[in-house]
Amino acid sequence: MPWNRRHLITLEELSLAEIEQIHATAAAFKRTLSRSVKKVPALRGKTIVNLFLEPSTRTRMAFDMAAKRLSADVISLDGTSSSTSKGETLRDTAQNIQALQADMIIIRHAAAGSPLYLSRILDIPVINAGDGAHEHPTQGLLDTFTMKEHLGRLKGRKVVILGDILFSRVARSNIHALTKMGAAVTLVGPSTLVPHWFIDLGVKVSHDLKSALADAEVVMLLRIQHERQASSHFPSLGEYTSMFGLNKTRASWLNPKAIIMHPGPINRGVEIDSELADGERSVILEQVTNGIAVRMAVLYLCLGGQPENVYAGPDPG
Amino acid sequence: MSSIWIRNARVIDPAARRNAVGDVFITDGKFVPSLSAAARASARQIAAKGLVACPGLVDIHVHFREPGQTHKETIATGSRAAAAGGFTTVVCMPNTSPVADTAGTIQFINDATRRDAVVKVLPTGCITVGQKGQALAPIGSLKRAGAVAITDDGDCVQSNELMRRACEYAKMFDLPIMDHCQDASLTQGAVMNEGSVSTRLGLRGWPRAAEDIIVARDVILSEYTGAHIHLQHISSKYSVGIIRRAKARGVRITAEATPHHLAFTDDALGTYDTNFKMNPPLRTVSDRRAIIAGLRDGTLDCISTDHAPHTDYEKDKEFDYAPNGILGLETALAVALDVLVRQGKFKLAQVVDLMTRQPARILGLPAGTLSAGAAADLCLFDPREKWRYNAKAGFSKSSNSPWHGQELTGRVKTTIVDGRIVFADGQIAANDR
Repeated sequence: MPWNRRHLITLEELSLAEIEQIHATAAAFKRTLSRSVKKVPALRGKTIVNLFLEPSTRTRMAFDMAAKRLSADVISLDGTSSSTSKGETLRDTAQNIQALQADMIIIRHAAAGSPLYLSRILDIPVINAGDGAHEHPTQGLLDTFTMKEHLGRLKGRKVVILGDILFSRVARSNIHALTKMGAAVTLVGPSTLVPHWFIDLGVKVSHDLKSALADAEVVMLLRIQHERQASSHFPSLGEYTSMFGLNKTRASWLNPKAIIMHPGPINRGVEIDSELADGERSVILEQVTNGIAVRMAVLYLCLGGQPENVYAGPDPG
Repeated sequence: MSSIWIRNARVIDPAARRNAVGDVFITDGKFVPSLSAAARASARQIAAKGLVACPGLVDIHVHFREPGQTHKETIATGSRAAAAGGFTTVVCMPNTSPVADTAGTIQFINDATRRDAVVKVLPTGCITVGQKGQALAPIGSLKRAGAVAITDDGDCVQSNELMRRACEYAKMFDLPIMDHCQDASLTQGAVMNEGSVSTRLGLRGWPRAAEDIIVARDVILSEYTGAHIHLQHISSKYSVGIIRRAKARGVRITAEATPHHLAFTDDALGTYDTNFKMNPPLRTVSDRRAIIAGLRDGTLDCISTDHAPHTDYEKDKEFDYAPNGILGLETALAVALDVLVRQGKFKLAQVVDLMTRQPARILGLPAGTLSAGAAADLCLFDPREKWRYNAKAGFSKSSNSPWHGQELTGRVKTTIVDGRIVFADGQIAANDR
């Protein structure tokens, strides 16, 4: 089946087959990452603009790295250096970038829906690098890619997402990908941060850590985002940790082969014990590495590449 | 002496319990029971077979943005949109720049109305100075200048003490208080209904509890002080229940519903279209049904549009950053006919009542009837005509309508204000006013 999307806005709108195509393409690119010459010429001559209107380090670096591995030219703009800080509208900023002959825009924005909005204005592909509390599709793709590497097929696998779900775009993208892949997803956290409406997305909601973690094969921790929350969502970080932080005892409730994931940045000692974050079940840094391969796949496919044509040889130049 | 003779219309005048095919006669700006043979011979005749003739529609909730926000709308353009929608009397909210918290601003609006308006435009004044919710505005002076009600519009008074005093004070002048019911502490950063859809879209939710709490507060304060509080654009099913129970006890409250809360739910927000962003937000199917049921049994008294113009460039933004509000005047009748008559099986006369006599009654306005001696404000519409609404070609200065491009059924043919034809055949009549 040929790939025929130009934008990547949500995982909600992708089919299972499309998710698997991205994963297969990412796997091919991942093989190139361990070579001494890591660059492939797939996007040579293409210019990609990273428009990051909300702070980000990991995602922005991973997109940067992915584009460079594909031999694209990359320009990064952040909120303070772009004209949006002078009052320019998003439409005007984006149209200027297009007029500068960019081939693709990767956008990170605090307002949910803004990548969709841009994709309807622009002729060039738009990649969502996180929009408010809505979606972070490449994170969902790299997380499920990492899970597959460890567990194989995800159908029927018990996955727990633990923490601040309400404000999490990572949770939403993972929920869409995981439910399409047939995993049994349970969301856990304080009732203020895990509202029951999530059930409508095809997942379970629980506020009981022990029963939720029992025999889970994946636990994905989400950062407690104090900067987004009014003080009313939970009493204190200390109480959060005592009720929902992942520690050794609680980790022992998991399936013995379970992996521990976190999209970063981690609050050590808040949502996860420092020791567990560095422990052998932690795949947190693998997620970061896989983030490059998955983003290479997304950039490549949305700029017209086909899954079967991945050029995985060394850069002849 | 100038006369108009509307012939063979289906005449619906709920105030006079009239609902039959017949004629309507106008002489010198008033309805009259009949015309003499001589007057008939010289009268302007309007053949109205198949059309409905009803009192000019009354909308007690519009935003005409003048003074200060005339890039969005003016009294000239807003009143033309009203005429095109069959409205002959509108009541505009005080959230202008400056807000209408002094007699001078009310006077400014009245002057602009006299100069520019093609329908009757009545001002409201603020409850508090600057709509800031901290000190009472000069309510008596506002009334003397012509304000027909007081309201802090979207800045619902949060202090219960201040609201209580406003009720007591306004009651002295028999001036209704109109309230946009929103507990602001529950809606920080909220841009749409809180629920399943906001959860999926990652947008900050506006829980219906924020409306219910203020509706309940207003019922309590109205009952306690005896003031008349009019609850604006009810969007929540629970609020409908509170109002129903309060009315059964005889509390002096009235309430309105908008066409958009009748027609849409938050499912419409799936593509982050800012033309579905308004405050209070679109809610769920059960809320929508409860609002329709509330209109049916009289719990909700009238339909108001909350006509809220914004320019394309203001609305064309990230959803979080776009302003609240949509146009309503040019589509309200067709939408009400569709949702209430065709889908809801209301009698046509009841919908006419909800858009004429009832809103006039709420504010005590001399409008909403075809009775002899009343000002000759009339709306003539074809309940069956299909037309495609083009907001960009409408009479409002703005075009922020969720109905843009849609086919609607039911079209206003002629609007008459004080015996003058102000709108006919899709055109605003040359204004000799």
